[in-house]
Amino acid sequence: MTVRSPVRRIIDVTVHRATILLFVAFAVFPFYWMVVTSFKQNADLYVGASNTAHDPFIFNMPPTLEHLRILFGQTLYLTWLSNTLFVGAAVVSITLLLAVPAGYSLARLTGRWGERLSIGIFLTYLVPSTLLFIPFSRLVSLLGLQNSLWSLVLIYPTFTVPFCTWLLMGFFKSLPKEVEDSAMVDGCSRVGAIWRIVLPLSVPGLLTVVIFALTLVIQEFVYSLTFISSVERMTVSVGVPVALVRGDVYYWGSLMAACLITSVPISILYNFFLDRFIAGFTVGAIK
Amino acid sequence: MPTVRAGETIRRSDRRLGVAMLAPAVVYIGLLVAVPFLLAVFLSLTNSSAGSLNFSFVGLQNFRSVTANAVFRRSLRNTFVFTFVSQLAVIVLGNVLARALMKPFRGKAIARFLILMPWAAPISLATLGWLWIFDSTFSVINWILKVVGWLGPGEWYYWLGDTTLGMIAIITIHIWRMLPFSTVILLAGLTSIPSEVREAAAIDGAGTMARIFLVEVPMMRPILTVAVLFGVVFTFTDMSVVYLLTRGGPYNSTHVLASLAFQEGVLGSDVGRGASVAIFLVPVLVVLAIVMLRSSRQAEVV
Repeated sequence: MTVRSPVRRIIDVTVHRATILLFVAFAVFPFYWMVVTSFKQNADLYVGASNTAHDPFIFNMPPTLEHLRILFGQTLYLTWLSNTLFVGAAVVSITLLLAVPAGYSLARLTGRWGERLSIGIFLTYLVPSTLLFIPFSRLVSLLGLQNSLWSLVLIYPTFTVPFCTWLLMGFFKSLPKEVEDSAMVDGCSRVGAIWRIVLPLSVPGLLTVVIFALTLVIQEFVYSLTFISSVERMTVSVGVPVALVRGDVYYWGSLMAACLITSVPISILYNFFLDRFIAGFTVGAIK
Repeated sequence: MPTVRAGETIRRSDRRLGVAMLAPAVVYIGLLVAVPFLLAVFLSLTNSSAGSLNFSFVGLQNFRSVTANAVFRRSLRNTFVFTFVSQLAVIVLGNVLARALMKPFRGKAIARFLILMPWAAPISLATLGWLWIFDSTFSVINWILKVVGWLGPGEWYYWLGDTTLGMIAIITIHIWRMLPFSTVILLAGLTSIPSEVREAAAIDGAGTMARIFLVEVPMMRPILTVAVLFGVVFTFTDMSVVYLLTRGGPYNSTHVLASLAFQEGVLGSDVGRGASVAIFLVPVLVVLAIVMLRSSRQAEVV
């Protein structure tokens, strides 16, 4: 390695810090803007960008909680949140019931054809909601589920099950085979060994799947927009952009508060499990 | 002999158990992904509408009327432009950012968390944030452009009321949203390159650029493929950004296939037409799936 001069080093470090700072600013700016908007008084908020004397980045008047009061007191935001959590809980349960056995089966019991099938299952994750919402709207009205949260409970597992099966398969494969083998030598059946030995060891993997499925449910927009028409049955990702706008009037303070309050917890949760999600996407591509 | 037979019976019962454990998931996916997929193809060949369950078979008539439509052709072009431009930017910027994040520095965990936020936040709510940033009267971007003197007195950008500006806005959001995703995937690829490789390249006299393009990029090809493929799929099939930001406007000039399918099939209640617009997503997805399968097979062989 060549020895670099101190000047060169300082330049390198500065460029590096500036690069990171620039990217962070780009990523965070809309969220910063949500924070500022959520707590500004209307007189400070709606000045108009042509007034260059008024700095929109700072609080020119004392911050206010008025927008939050409107959001929680006069809108259905809390109803949408609880709708979302209801759908989330149901979808997570269905996902676990389907994906845990399937993931284990693909990891341990199916051999060569299972490997091919697992790639097939993974590929169904690529079939987009924007292709399926039209046939689903037929199916949903055929089942009498239009405008019901149960339509989402029925359909959301179509995108949680494939990816979660794939994640769990990878997770079960990483457990040493001897774990079950020794339990089975001790007289346990295969199912008994899975229940008593494998699942308790898999809590981190199961937790990853729960978080991943939950975030996908909270993020989903297209199906929810298509199937739910009553304002009081909407999920948060549709209720906020569709129903928080009254007439043509945007209540930006409350809107941005709703976006912020919903986004930040998901981002924090997601960050904890990031490495596992990435491992799911990159299986096979990294040796 | 007896031990072999015992081993075989265990394996056979395992195989049966394996099928039983797999069946619910496979049946579910078959019923709710494969069948609707075929139904989408079928509906595109009918004059089905949302109000009634009666319909008749009209062959390729929907496709003929859809492809003759200027709005459709515009949206087909937009879909490719948005995907291509945003993914090109994402791969270039993602590589720069991933390399910057490779080096240790103070506050790295926080930086990583902040950079990841656009990907974790629900897309509809994030787009709403951008809708406010691009607002016609209160746009902070216009304020900045005024302050630095780019926009003179009386000059103004109506971000979402102008086709070119609207397209720039849409592409910006796609870049903003997909950049974290590609960055973390590329970062995983970069960290998987053993440090000996880097050192060996340096000893052999390779400069930084030579090392990046002749050693690291070829080694990262599988992971680059993954990042690009997922990025393309997510951008190509998205309707949320366009639907919430411009509603396809002004004058249907910023629609993409997915948002047009929604407008025709759900808002316009013409299920057949909507389905035939959405079907145009399929060829690209099939190509992507094949590329993905081939690269996964390569990864197995290597």
